[in-house]
Amino acid sequence: MTLNQQRKLKTIMTGLFAWTIALVLFFPIFWMFITSFKTELQAISVPPALFFEPTLDNFRVVQERSDYIHHALNSVITSFGATILALIIAIPAAYSMAFFPGKRTKDILLWMLSTKMLPAVGVLVPIYILCRDYGLLDSRTALIIIFTLMNLPIVVWMLFSYFKDLPKEILEAARMDGATPWDEVVKVVLPLSVGAISSTALLSIVLCWNEAFWSLNLTASEAAPLTAMIASYSSPEGLFWAKLSAASTLACAPIVIFGWFCQKQLVQGLTFGAVK
Amino acid sequence: MKRSITRLLMAPSVILLLVWMIIPLSMTIYFSTIRYNLLYPGQNNFVGLMNFEFFITDPGFIPAVANTLILLLSVLIITVVLGVILSALIDKPFFGQGIVRVLLISPFFIMPTVNALIWKNMMMNPVYGIFAWISNSLGFEPIDWLSSYPLMSVIIMVSWQWLPFAILVFVTALQSQDTEQKEAAQMDGATGFHIFRYLTIPHLARPIAVVVMIETIFLLAVFAEIFVSTGGGPGYDSTNLAYLIYNQALLQYDVGVASAGGLFAVLLANIVAFFLIRAVGKNLTV
Repeated sequence: MTLNQQRKLKTIMTGLFAWTIALVLFFPIFWMFITSFKTELQAISVPPALFFEPTLDNFRVVQERSDYIHHALNSVITSFGATILALIIAIPAAYSMAFFPGKRTKDILLWMLSTKMLPAVGVLVPIYILCRDYGLLDSRTALIIIFTLMNLPIVVWMLFSYFKDLPKEILEAARMDGATPWDEVVKVVLPLSVGAISSTALLSIVLCWNEAFWSLNLTASEAAPLTAMIASYSSPEGLFWAKLSAASTLACAPIVIFGWFCQKQLVQGLTFGAVK
Repeated sequence: MKRSITRLLMAPSVILLLVWMIIPLSMTIYFSTIRYNLLYPGQNNFVGLMNFEFFITDPGFIPAVANTLILLLSVLIITVVLGVILSALIDKPFFGQGIVRVLLISPFFIMPTVNALIWKNMMMNPVYGIFAWISNSLGFEPIDWLSSYPLMSVIIMVSWQWLPFAILVFVTALQSQDTEQKEAAQMDGATGFHIFRYLTIPHLARPIAVVVMIETIFLLAVFAEIFVSTGGGPGYDSTNLAYLIYNQALLQYDVGVASAGGLFAVLLANIVAFFLIRAVGKNLTV
């Protein structure tokens, strides 16, 4: 074998290997997806049916039985609401820490991160009781507030690590030209960091959309987002796998497709810019 | 810009996080010292450390602590070791890289409740599941995963979610590795293993630290997967601290004992965080 052939073989082997891993890891999702188009009988057939006549019945039943649209709307409102709020609170903080760092900046950042380490169960009881006393059980308001606070440390960190990489000279130039601090932020920093802010927002939306601890414990039906709706299908009232799959597909599809388009930024973001 | 303005800009974030930390936490501390059961209102007398005693002597306590740590360590080891090996193996150009990337990351975006339902039903069901079909085709007895190996089932579900994240972080990090260095090492007769051991692993030190930190934050709090799939059982075999406390508070309505448990979970997380934040703090440039 020549060196060239050897290299070609290596590329093919790497490719085959990578595709195998990817397909194995993706298989459960693929299976959920095609099961959602089966009849209940086909869904539990042995051996598993790979070829069948697809039906859309399951999706109709899911909408009728558990009002998918209502829960999807809850998911959208809570994730977008919490994300916007978190950005409004975090941008000024990240800006001041990145551009005017003090002696304590690093400590404050690490402290913020450490609040993420506080396990949610540690405060489950008081939050539950506070929500009960203020009539916020099963309300979207409670979820929005909690999601905002839950993601705030990560949002601040991400924005901070992006802002830190902006060239400081541009700001100085703007200042020389007589820009006020307000101008600096609105006309220089924000336009330069549209990408950073949007990938931070994406990550926050994904985390809110998939959050399950608080949504399972604090909502029942009215404010229940998709994570909680799906959990209602876990009750052992029979093997309704096709409907279960249809509901799951509907719940995950928006965020998975969303994730496909921004996976690169998400990885960068979740690692606080430590990996580029 | 003046110090006071920078402080003012930071204030909302810092104050909100302080409030979010201090108010519920002090309530938890208070509840943990009184008798407080939602089924018996009005009998909230001070009981000292009795709730802690109840929680620690609960038959579920030791299994729950053990399961929490086993779950954390197993998933960390699986995702980091497999993640490093797999990412090093696929870190060369090949056909359809973009699609592979997209397929690989997908499990990370699946919500925990759906994750648990897919695995519980369609993969691990002892009669109709894919695993049962595979074992049958190979001539083995199918395994009833959720009742025979409940904790391992949960570990599989959670690892499935986090392995793609680890792989993608490592692949991204490997792309910035110095190829000249690698070639030079090859010229000097270094084997693939030597390159992996002395060039790739040190290059990945920082990404590994970050992956460990992020995963720990989420893994100490695994809840939905257990809630949906095993319900903590059979017995306490797959109950972790989060699930045990939820069980005390919202199923047995014993707020006092649940609060004591919550404080214990905070303590455990702090012990883990103490080491972790220090290790990671060194690795992150601020």
